[in-house]
Amino acid sequence: MSKQENNALLRLPSHDLHVELGGKMVPFAGYNMPVQYPMGVMGEHLHTRAKAGLFDVSHMGQILAYPTGDMEELALDLERLMPIDVLGLAPMRQRYGVLTNDAGGILDDLMIAHRGDHYLIVVNAACKAADFAHLQGQLTRAKLTMCSDRELLALQGPRAEAALAQIIPDVVAMRFMDVAIFGDIWVSRSGYTGEDGFEISIPNDQASAFARRLLSLPNVAPIGLGARDSLRLEAGMPLYGHDIDATTSPIEAGLSWAISKARRAGGARAGGFAGAARIIDELSNGTSRLRVGLRPDGRAPMREGVVLLDGDTPMGRITSGGFSPSLNAPIAMGYVPPKLAEIGTQIIGDLRGKPNPLRVCALPFHPTHYKR
Amino acid sequence: MKYTKDHEWLRVEGDLVVVGITEHAATQLGDVVFVELPEVETMVTTGDEVVVIESVKAASDILAPLDGEIVDVNQKIVDNPALVNEDPTGIAWFFKMRIDDLSVLDDLMDEDEYADLIG
Repeated sequence: MSKQENNALLRLPSHDLHVELGGKMVPFAGYNMPVQYPMGVMGEHLHTRAKAGLFDVSHMGQILAYPTGDMEELALDLERLMPIDVLGLAPMRQRYGVLTNDAGGILDDLMIAHRGDHYLIVVNAACKAADFAHLQGQLTRAKLTMCSDRELLALQGPRAEAALAQIIPDVVAMRFMDVAIFGDIWVSRSGYTGEDGFEISIPNDQASAFARRLLSLPNVAPIGLGARDSLRLEAGMPLYGHDIDATTSPIEAGLSWAISKARRAGGARAGGFAGAARIIDELSNGTSRLRVGLRPDGRAPMREGVVLLDGDTPMGRITSGGFSPSLNAPIAMGYVPPKLAEIGTQIIGDLRGKPNPLRVCALPFHPTHYKR
Repeated sequence: MKYTKDHEWLRVEGDLVVVGITEHAATQLGDVVFVELPEVETMVTTGDEVVVIESVKAASDILAPLDGEIVDVNQKIVDNPALVNEDPTGIAWFFKMRIDDLSVLDDLMDEDEYADLIG
Protein backbone atom coordinates (compact mmCIF):
# COMPACT_ATOMS: atom_id res chain seq x y z
CA MET A 1 0.00 0.00 0.00
CA SER A 2 1.65 3.23 -1.13
CA LYS A 3 1.22 6.49 0.74
CA GLN A 4 -0.85 7.84 -2.13
CA GLU A 5 -3.35 4.98 -1.91
CA ASN A 6 -3.52 5.46 1.84
CA ASN A 7 -4.52 9.08 1.31
CA ALA A 8 -7.57 8.00 -0.67
CA LEU A 9 -8.85 6.19 2.40
CA LEU A 10 -11.29 7.85 4.73
CA ARG A 11 -10.02 8.70 8.20
CA LEU A 12 -11.89 7.84 11.35
CA PRO A 13 -12.72 10.87 13.50
CA SER A 14 -10.45 9.37 16.19
CA HIS A 15 -7.63 8.56 13.75
CA ASP A 16 -5.04 10.49 15.74
CA LEU A 17 -5.95 8.62 18.93
CA HIS A 18 -5.42 5.25 17.20
CA VAL A 19 -2.01 6.34 15.92
CA GLU A 20 -1.08 7.66 19.36
CA LEU A 21 -2.07 4.30 20.89
CA GLY A 22 0.29 2.54 18.48
CA GLY A 23 -2.46 1.19 16.22
CA LYS A 24 -1.27 -0.43 13.03
CA MET A 25 -3.47 1.22 10.41
CA VAL A 26 -4.66 -0.78 7.39
CA PRO A 27 -7.23 -0.20 4.65
CA PHE A 28 -10.62 -1.77 5.37
CA ALA A 29 -13.94 -1.01 3.65
CA GLY A 30 -12.54 2.29 2.38
CA TYR A 31 -11.30 3.41 5.78
CA ASN A 32 -7.92 3.54 7.40
CA MET A 33 -8.55 1.28 10.39
CA PRO A 34 -6.51 -0.03 13.33
CA VAL A 35 -6.00 -3.78 12.77
CA GLN A 36 -4.09 -4.18 16.01
CA TYR A 37 -2.34 -2.28 18.78
CA PRO A 38 0.98 -3.14 20.44
CA MET A 39 -0.73 -5.83 22.59
CA GLY A 40 -1.25 -7.89 19.40
CA VAL A 41 -4.25 -9.82 18.11
CA MET A 42 -3.86 -12.73 20.53
CA GLY A 43 -3.46 -10.51 23.58
CA GLU A 44 -6.30 -8.20 22.53
CA HIS A 45 -8.61 -11.15 21.96
CA LEU A 46 -7.92 -12.67 25.38
CA HIS A 47 -8.13 -9.26 27.04
CA THR A 48 -11.65 -8.79 25.63
CA ARG A 49 -12.72 -12.23 26.86
CA ALA A 50 -11.31 -11.57 30.35
CA LYS A 51 -11.82 -7.80 30.86
CA ALA A 52 -13.07 -5.13 28.48
CA GLY A 53 -12.03 -4.17 24.96
CA LEU A 54 -12.76 -0.86 23.23
CA PHE A 55 -13.30 -1.01 19.45
CA ASP A 56 -13.75 1.86 17.02
CA VAL A 57 -16.37 0.67 14.54
CA SER A 58 -17.20 4.10 13.15
CA HIS A 59 -16.89 2.75 9.62
CA MET A 60 -20.29 1.12 10.06
CA GLY A 61 -23.39 2.89 8.83
CA GLN A 62 -25.83 4.44 11.31
CA ILE A 63 -29.07 5.21 9.52
CA LEU A 64 -31.97 7.07 11.12
CA ALA A 65 -35.42 6.37 9.69
CA TYR A 66 -38.18 8.76 10.73
CA PRO A 67 -41.73 8.00 9.56
CA THR A 68 -43.48 10.70 7.54
CA GLY A 69 -46.72 9.07 8.73
CA ASP A 70 -46.81 6.85 11.81
CA MET A 71 -44.39 4.24 13.14
CA GLU A 72 -46.72 1.34 12.28
CA GLU A 73 -46.70 2.23 8.59
CA LEU A 74 -42.94 2.45 8.58
CA ALA A 75 -42.68 -0.87 10.45
CA LEU A 76 -44.83 -2.55 7.81
CA ASP A 77 -42.74 -0.99 5.02
CA LEU A 78 -39.56 -2.26 6.68
CA GLU A 79 -41.12 -5.71 6.93
CA ARG A 80 -41.25 -5.83 3.12
CA LEU A 81 -37.43 -5.63 3.12
CA MET A 82 -36.65 -8.00 6.00
CA PRO A 83 -38.07 -11.34 7.18
CA ILE A 84 -38.29 -10.12 10.76
CA ASP A 85 -41.00 -8.81 13.05
CA VAL A 86 -40.48 -5.05 12.98
CA LEU A 87 -44.02 -4.20 14.04
CA GLY A 88 -43.65 -6.21 17.25
CA LEU A 89 -40.34 -4.63 18.20
CA ALA A 90 -40.95 -2.84 21.50
CA PRO A 91 -39.77 0.74 22.03
CA MET A 92 -36.10 0.96 23.12
CA ARG A 93 -35.39 -2.60 21.97
CA GLN A 94 -33.35 -3.74 18.99
CA ARG A 95 -33.34 -6.86 16.85
CA TYR A 96 -30.95 -8.54 14.44
CA GLY A 97 -32.18 -8.71 10.87
CA VAL A 98 -31.19 -9.25 7.27
CA LEU A 99 -32.09 -7.22 4.20
CA THR A 100 -33.04 -9.73 1.53
CA ASN A 101 -33.18 -9.52 -2.26
CA ASP A 102 -35.94 -10.98 -4.46
CA ALA A 103 -33.95 -14.20 -4.87
CA GLY A 104 -33.85 -14.66 -1.10
CA GLY A 105 -30.16 -13.75 -0.82
CA ILE A 106 -28.79 -11.45 1.85
CA LEU A 107 -28.06 -7.85 0.87
CA ASP A 108 -26.72 -7.07 4.35
CA ASP A 109 -27.18 -8.00 7.97
CA LEU A 110 -28.01 -5.32 10.49
CA MET A 111 -29.38 -4.23 13.83
CA ILE A 112 -32.64 -2.29 13.92
CA ALA A 113 -33.65 -0.36 17.04
CA HIS A 114 -37.08 1.08 17.87
CA ARG A 115 -36.41 4.45 19.44
CA GLY A 116 -39.88 5.75 20.18
CA ASP A 117 -40.63 7.96 17.19
CA HIS A 118 -38.07 6.52 14.74
CA TYR A 119 -35.81 3.57 13.96
CA LEU A 120 -32.02 3.43 14.07
CA ILE A 121 -30.51 0.90 11.67
CA VAL A 122 -26.84 -0.06 11.98
CA VAL A 123 -25.37 -1.68 8.86
CA ASN A 124 -22.03 -2.96 7.58
CA ALA A 125 -19.46 -0.47 6.33
CA ALA A 126 -18.95 -2.04 2.91
CA CYS A 127 -22.73 -2.12 2.28
CA LYS A 128 -23.80 1.18 3.77
CA ALA A 129 -24.07 3.23 0.57
CA ALA A 130 -26.00 0.47 -1.20
CA ASP A 131 -28.19 -0.13 1.85
CA PHE A 132 -29.01 3.55 2.11
CA ALA A 133 -29.96 3.72 -1.58
CA HIS A 134 -32.06 0.55 -1.22
CA LEU A 135 -33.89 1.86 1.84
CA GLN A 136 -34.33 5.27 0.23
CA GLY A 137 -35.87 3.65 -2.85
CA GLN A 138 -38.16 1.30 -0.93
CA LEU A 139 -39.28 3.32 2.08
CA THR A 140 -41.59 5.89 0.58
CA ARG A 141 -43.04 6.87 3.96
CA ALA A 142 -39.76 7.64 5.73
CA LYS A 143 -37.13 10.31 5.96
CA LEU A 144 -33.68 8.74 6.12
CA THR A 145 -30.43 10.19 7.38
CA MET A 146 -26.97 8.63 7.36
CA CYS A 147 -25.26 9.82 10.55
CA SER A 148 -21.84 10.89 9.30
CA ASP A 149 -21.36 13.10 12.34
CA ARG A 150 -21.24 10.24 14.85
CA GLU A 151 -18.60 7.71 15.84
CA LEU A 152 -19.56 4.21 16.85
CA LEU A 153 -17.56 2.59 19.64
CA ALA A 154 -18.00 -0.90 21.03
CA LEU A 155 -17.05 -1.77 24.58
CA GLN A 156 -17.09 -5.55 25.01
CA GLY A 157 -16.22 -8.02 27.72
CA PRO A 158 -17.14 -9.05 31.27
CA ARG A 159 -15.88 -5.74 32.71
CA ALA A 160 -17.61 -3.58 30.08
CA GLU A 161 -20.62 -2.81 32.29
CA ALA A 162 -18.55 -1.67 35.24
CA ALA A 163 -16.34 0.44 32.97
CA LEU A 164 -19.14 2.21 31.09
CA ALA A 165 -21.06 2.72 34.36
CA GLN A 166 -18.19 4.92 35.54
CA ILE A 167 -19.34 7.44 32.93
CA ILE A 168 -23.03 6.54 32.47
CA PRO A 169 -24.26 4.83 35.69
CA ASP A 170 -27.70 3.99 34.24
CA VAL A 171 -26.32 1.48 31.72
CA VAL A 172 -26.35 -1.16 34.48
CA ALA A 173 -30.15 -1.34 34.13
CA MET A 174 -29.91 -2.27 30.43
CA ARG A 175 -30.44 -5.86 29.28
CA PHE A 176 -29.15 -7.59 26.15
CA MET A 177 -30.57 -5.81 23.06
CA ASP A 178 -31.92 -2.84 25.01
CA VAL A 179 -31.20 0.58 23.57
CA ALA A 180 -31.08 3.88 25.45
CA ILE A 181 -30.42 7.53 24.79
CA PHE A 182 -28.31 9.48 27.27
CA GLY A 183 -28.28 13.05 25.94
CA ASP A 184 -26.02 13.02 22.87
CA ILE A 185 -24.91 9.45 23.53
CA TRP A 186 -26.82 6.48 22.14
CA VAL A 187 -26.17 3.10 23.72
CA SER A 188 -27.23 -0.44 22.86
CA ARG A 189 -26.39 -3.52 24.89
CA SER A 190 -25.06 -5.66 22.06
CA GLY A 191 -21.95 -6.35 20.07
CA TYR A 192 -20.03 -8.66 17.79
CA THR A 193 -17.87 -10.66 20.18
CA GLY A 194 -20.25 -12.98 22.05
CA GLU A 195 -19.49 -11.10 25.26
CA ASP A 196 -21.73 -8.80 27.24
CA GLY A 197 -21.09 -5.26 26.14
CA PHE A 198 -22.29 -2.08 24.53
CA GLU A 199 -22.23 -0.20 21.29
CA ILE A 200 -21.97 3.52 21.85
CA SER A 201 -22.83 6.14 19.24
CA ILE A 202 -21.39 9.53 20.04
CA PRO A 203 -20.91 12.85 18.21
CA ASN A 204 -17.55 12.98 16.43
CA ASP A 205 -16.32 15.98 18.42
CA GLN A 206 -16.84 14.16 21.75
CA ALA A 207 -15.68 10.72 20.70
CA SER A 208 -11.93 10.82 21.31
CA ALA A 209 -12.33 12.35 24.77
CA PHE A 210 -14.93 9.69 25.62
CA ALA A 211 -12.66 6.91 24.33
CA ARG A 212 -9.75 8.30 26.36
CA ARG A 213 -11.87 8.29 29.50
CA LEU A 214 -12.75 4.64 28.96
CA LEU A 215 -9.15 3.74 28.14
CA SER A 216 -7.95 5.40 31.35
CA LEU A 217 -9.87 2.76 33.34
CA PRO A 218 -7.74 -0.16 34.51
CA ASN A 219 -9.59 -2.96 32.68
CA VAL A 220 -10.12 -1.27 29.31
CA ALA A 221 -7.71 -1.69 26.38
CA PRO A 222 -8.00 -0.68 22.72
CA ILE A 223 -8.76 -3.60 20.38
CA GLY A 224 -8.23 -3.70 16.61
CA LEU A 225 -10.05 -5.30 13.70
CA GLY A 226 -7.88 -8.43 13.89
CA ALA A 227 -9.24 -9.45 17.27
CA ARG A 228 -12.72 -8.26 16.31
CA ASP A 229 -12.61 -10.89 13.57
CA SER A 230 -11.30 -13.72 15.76
CA LEU A 231 -13.81 -12.84 18.51
CA ARG A 232 -16.82 -12.92 16.19
CA LEU A 233 -15.54 -16.12 14.59
CA GLU A 234 -15.39 -17.83 18.01
CA ALA A 235 -18.90 -16.49 18.67
CA GLY A 236 -20.07 -18.20 15.46
CA MET A 237 -21.25 -14.93 13.93
CA PRO A 238 -21.19 -14.58 10.15
CA LEU A 239 -19.21 -11.82 8.47
CA TYR A 240 -20.96 -10.16 5.55
CA GLY A 241 -19.13 -10.53 2.24
CA HIS A 242 -17.48 -13.72 3.50
CA ASP A 243 -19.90 -16.06 5.29
CA ILE A 244 -23.03 -14.46 3.87
CA ASP A 245 -23.71 -12.50 0.69
CA ALA A 246 -26.32 -11.82 -1.99
CA THR A 247 -26.27 -15.50 -3.05
CA THR A 248 -26.70 -17.09 0.40
CA SER A 249 -30.16 -17.28 1.92
CA PRO A 250 -30.60 -16.73 5.65
CA ILE A 251 -31.68 -20.37 5.98
CA GLU A 252 -28.53 -21.66 4.29
CA ALA A 253 -26.56 -19.31 6.52
CA GLY A 254 -27.98 -20.86 9.69
CA LEU A 255 -29.90 -17.70 10.49
CA SER A 256 -33.36 -19.31 10.67
CA TRP A 257 -33.54 -18.16 14.29
CA ALA A 258 -33.61 -14.58 12.98
CA ILE A 259 -36.74 -15.21 10.88
CA SER A 260 -39.53 -14.06 13.19
CA LYS A 261 -42.49 -16.36 13.83
CA ALA A 262 -44.89 -13.68 12.61
CA ARG A 263 -43.27 -13.78 9.16
CA ARG A 264 -43.19 -17.56 8.71
CA ALA A 265 -45.90 -19.72 7.17
CA GLY A 266 -48.93 -19.50 9.47
CA GLY A 267 -47.63 -16.35 11.18
CA ALA A 268 -49.65 -13.15 11.66
CA ARG A 269 -47.86 -11.44 8.75
CA ALA A 270 -46.43 -14.43 6.90
CA GLY A 271 -44.29 -13.73 3.84
CA GLY A 272 -44.58 -10.40 2.09
CA PHE A 273 -40.83 -9.75 2.22
CA ALA A 274 -38.24 -9.82 -0.55
CA GLY A 275 -37.28 -13.41 -1.34
CA ALA A 276 -40.17 -14.84 0.73
CA ALA A 277 -40.92 -17.66 -1.73
CA ARG A 278 -37.45 -19.17 -1.38
CA ILE A 279 -37.00 -18.47 2.30
CA ILE A 280 -40.36 -19.89 3.40
CA ASP A 281 -39.86 -22.92 1.15
CA GLU A 282 -36.39 -23.53 2.64
CA LEU A 283 -37.76 -23.25 6.19
CA SER A 284 -39.97 -26.28 5.59
CA ASN A 285 -38.13 -28.19 2.84
CA GLY A 286 -34.51 -27.49 3.67
CA THR A 287 -31.62 -26.21 1.57
CA SER A 288 -28.86 -27.67 -0.59
CA ARG A 289 -26.15 -26.30 1.69
CA LEU A 290 -25.74 -25.10 5.26
CA ARG A 291 -23.25 -22.96 7.13
CA VAL A 292 -21.55 -25.05 9.81
CA GLY A 293 -18.78 -24.73 12.37
CA LEU A 294 -15.62 -26.71 11.60
CA ARG A 295 -12.70 -27.84 13.75
CA PRO A 296 -9.63 -28.73 11.65
CA ASP A 297 -7.50 -31.61 12.92
CA GLY A 298 -4.00 -30.55 13.91
CA ARG A 299 -2.87 -26.98 14.46
CA ALA A 300 -2.82 -25.52 10.95
CA PRO A 301 -5.46 -22.82 10.44
CA MET A 302 -7.74 -23.46 7.45
CA ARG A 303 -8.84 -20.12 6.09
CA GLU A 304 -11.38 -18.61 3.71
CA GLY A 305 -11.28 -20.26 0.30
CA VAL A 306 -10.19 -23.74 1.39
CA VAL A 307 -12.15 -26.25 -0.72
CA LEU A 308 -14.08 -28.94 1.18
CA LEU A 309 -14.23 -32.37 -0.45
CA ASP A 310 -16.63 -35.30 -0.54
CA GLY A 311 -14.19 -37.97 -1.66
CA ASP A 312 -12.41 -36.20 -4.51
CA THR A 313 -15.37 -33.98 -5.40
CA PRO A 314 -15.51 -30.36 -4.20
CA MET A 315 -18.75 -29.92 -2.23
CA GLY A 316 -18.23 -26.71 -0.30
CA ARG A 317 -15.73 -24.23 0.94
CA ILE A 318 -14.52 -22.45 4.03
CA THR A 319 -15.83 -18.90 4.25
CA SER A 320 -14.03 -17.81 7.45
CA GLY A 321 -11.24 -19.50 9.30
CA GLY A 322 -8.38 -18.80 11.59
CA PHE A 323 -6.92 -19.56 14.95
CA SER A 324 -9.02 -19.47 18.09
CA PRO A 325 -7.05 -17.93 20.98
CA SER A 326 -9.66 -19.18 23.49
CA LEU A 327 -9.51 -22.81 22.27
CA ASN A 328 -5.83 -22.61 21.28
CA ALA A 329 -6.78 -24.42 18.09
CA PRO A 330 -7.84 -23.64 14.54
CA ILE A 331 -11.55 -23.00 13.85
CA ALA A 332 -13.52 -22.29 10.71
CA MET A 333 -16.97 -21.86 9.21
CA GLY A 334 -18.10 -22.96 5.80
CA TYR A 335 -20.87 -24.38 3.68
CA VAL A 336 -21.53 -28.10 3.26
CA PRO A 337 -24.48 -30.16 1.93
CA PRO A 338 -27.05 -30.98 4.66
CA LYS A 339 -26.13 -34.69 4.69
CA LEU A 340 -22.64 -33.65 5.87
CA ALA A 341 -23.85 -30.98 8.30
CA GLU A 342 -24.47 -33.26 11.30
CA ILE A 343 -22.35 -32.43 14.34
CA GLY A 344 -19.34 -34.76 14.43
CA THR A 345 -19.23 -35.52 10.70
CA GLN A 346 -15.68 -35.77 9.45
CA ILE A 347 -14.96 -34.04 6.16
CA ILE A 348 -11.78 -33.33 4.24
CA GLY A 349 -10.39 -29.95 3.27
CA ASP A 350 -7.71 -29.24 0.70
CA LEU A 351 -4.96 -27.53 2.68
CA ARG A 352 -2.31 -26.34 0.22
CA GLY A 353 -2.78 -29.47 -1.85
CA LYS A 354 -2.83 -31.88 1.09
CA PRO A 355 -5.99 -33.45 2.51
CA ASN A 356 -6.64 -32.30 6.08
CA PRO A 357 -9.62 -33.62 8.09
CA LEU A 358 -12.09 -31.31 9.80
CA ARG A 359 -15.00 -32.15 12.06
CA VAL A 360 -18.38 -30.41 11.93
CA CYS A 361 -19.11 -28.84 15.31
CA ALA A 362 -21.75 -26.73 17.01
CA LEU A 363 -21.65 -22.94 16.89
CA PRO A 364 -20.62 -20.91 18.77
CA PHE A 365 -17.12 -22.25 19.39
CA HIS A 366 -16.89 -20.26 22.61
CA PRO A 367 -19.94 -19.80 24.90
CA THR A 368 -21.63 -16.43 24.72
CA HIS A 369 -22.12 -14.29 27.83
CA TYR A 370 -25.05 -11.93 27.40
CA LYS A 371 -26.91 -10.12 30.17
CA ARG A 372 -30.41 -11.38 29.52
CA MET B 1 24.80 -12.74 10.28
CA LYS B 2 23.51 -12.26 6.69
CA TYR B 3 20.01 -11.25 5.55
CA THR B 4 17.69 -11.69 2.56
CA LYS B 5 15.12 -9.23 1.25
CA ASP B 6 12.49 -11.78 2.37
CA HIS B 7 13.49 -11.04 5.98
CA GLU B 8 15.39 -14.23 6.68
CA TRP B 9 18.66 -14.31 8.59
CA LEU B 10 21.49 -16.78 7.81
CA ARG B 11 24.29 -17.78 10.15
CA VAL B 12 27.20 -20.07 9.31
CA GLU B 13 27.67 -22.88 11.83
CA GLY B 14 30.59 -25.16 10.89
CA ASP B 15 29.89 -26.23 7.32
CA LEU B 16 26.13 -25.59 7.64
CA VAL B 17 23.93 -22.51 7.24
CA VAL B 18 21.28 -21.87 9.92
CA VAL B 19 18.18 -20.00 8.69
CA GLY B 20 15.47 -18.14 10.59
CA ILE B 21 13.33 -15.02 10.28
CA THR B 22 14.23 -11.58 11.54
CA GLU B 23 12.80 -9.73 14.51
CA HIS B 24 11.20 -7.35 12.01
CA ALA B 25 9.49 -10.22 10.18
CA ALA B 26 8.28 -11.79 13.42
CA THR B 27 6.80 -8.47 14.55
CA GLN B 28 5.06 -7.97 11.21
CA LEU B 29 3.59 -11.46 11.27
CA GLY B 30 2.17 -11.06 14.76
CA ASP B 31 1.45 -14.00 17.03
CA VAL B 32 2.68 -17.15 15.29
CA VAL B 33 0.35 -20.09 15.90
CA PHE B 34 1.55 -22.73 13.43
CA VAL B 35 4.77 -23.68 11.65
CA GLU B 36 5.20 -26.41 9.05
CA LEU B 37 8.83 -27.28 8.34
CA PRO B 38 10.31 -29.17 5.37
CA GLU B 39 11.47 -32.77 5.66
CA VAL B 40 15.16 -33.28 6.25
CA GLU B 41 17.28 -34.49 3.34
CA THR B 42 15.16 -32.39 0.94
CA MET B 43 17.06 -30.72 -1.90
CA VAL B 44 15.80 -27.18 -2.41
CA THR B 45 16.36 -24.40 -4.93
CA THR B 46 16.47 -20.69 -4.08
CA GLY B 47 12.92 -19.37 -3.91
CA ASP B 48 11.25 -22.71 -3.18
CA GLU B 49 8.50 -22.46 -0.58
CA VAL B 50 9.96 -24.53 2.22
CA VAL B 51 8.14 -23.38 5.34
CA VAL B 52 4.53 -22.41 6.02
CA ILE B 53 4.13 -20.04 8.91
CA GLU B 54 0.71 -18.98 10.17
CA SER B 55 0.01 -16.12 12.51
CA VAL B 56 -3.39 -15.30 13.99
CA LYS B 57 -3.78 -12.92 11.05
CA ALA B 58 -2.51 -14.75 7.96
CA ALA B 59 -0.46 -17.50 6.35
CA SER B 60 3.00 -16.76 4.92
CA ASP B 61 5.63 -18.78 3.10
CA ILE B 62 9.30 -18.85 3.94
CA LEU B 63 11.45 -19.32 0.84
CA ALA B 64 14.69 -21.24 0.52
CA PRO B 65 17.35 -18.50 0.57
CA LEU B 66 19.97 -20.64 -1.28
CA ASP B 67 20.31 -23.83 -3.29
CA GLY B 68 21.18 -26.79 -1.09
CA GLU B 69 19.98 -29.59 1.14
CA ILE B 70 17.84 -29.26 4.26
CA VAL B 71 19.75 -31.27 6.86
CA ASP B 72 18.02 -30.33 10.11
CA VAL B 73 14.79 -28.62 11.23
CA ASN B 74 13.82 -27.09 14.57
CA GLN B 75 11.03 -29.20 16.06
CA LYS B 76 10.86 -26.79 19.03
CA ILE B 77 9.03 -24.15 16.96
CA VAL B 78 6.55 -26.73 15.67
CA ASP B 79 5.75 -27.72 19.24
CA ASN B 80 5.69 -24.12 20.47
CA PRO B 81 5.17 -21.63 17.61
CA ALA B 82 5.18 -18.69 20.04
CA LEU B 83 8.97 -19.08 20.28
CA VAL B 84 9.16 -17.42 16.84
CA ASN B 85 7.90 -14.20 18.41
CA GLU B 86 9.88 -14.59 21.62
CA ASP B 87 13.35 -15.27 20.20
CA PRO B 88 13.34 -15.23 16.38
CA THR B 89 17.11 -14.88 15.96
CA GLY B 90 18.07 -17.37 18.67
CA ILE B 91 16.17 -20.41 19.88
CA ALA B 92 13.57 -20.16 17.08
CA TRP B 93 15.78 -20.96 14.08
CA PHE B 94 13.88 -22.73 11.28
CA PHE B 95 16.21 -25.11 9.46
CA LYS B 96 19.85 -25.87 8.67
CA MET B 97 21.11 -26.24 5.12
CA ARG B 98 24.20 -27.75 3.54
CA ILE B 99 25.32 -25.77 0.52
CA ASP B 100 28.15 -26.36 -1.94
CA ASP B 101 29.93 -23.08 -1.60
CA LEU B 102 29.58 -20.87 1.48
CA SER B 103 30.97 -17.89 -0.46
CA VAL B 104 27.48 -17.31 -2.00
CA LEU B 105 26.58 -15.77 1.34
CA ASP B 106 28.81 -12.84 0.45
CA ASP B 107 26.12 -11.69 -2.01
CA LEU B 108 23.53 -11.32 0.75
CA MET B 109 22.93 -8.21 2.86
CA ASP B 110 24.90 -7.52 5.99
CA GLU B 111 23.34 -6.05 9.13
CA ASP B 112 23.64 -2.41 8.00
CA GLU B 113 22.19 -3.08 4.57
CA TYR B 114 19.28 -4.96 6.11
CA ALA B 115 18.66 -2.17 8.60
CA ASP B 116 18.45 0.23 5.62
CA LEU B 117 15.95 -2.09 3.90
CA ILE B 118 13.49 -2.11 6.79
CA GLY B 119 14.09 1.61 7.40
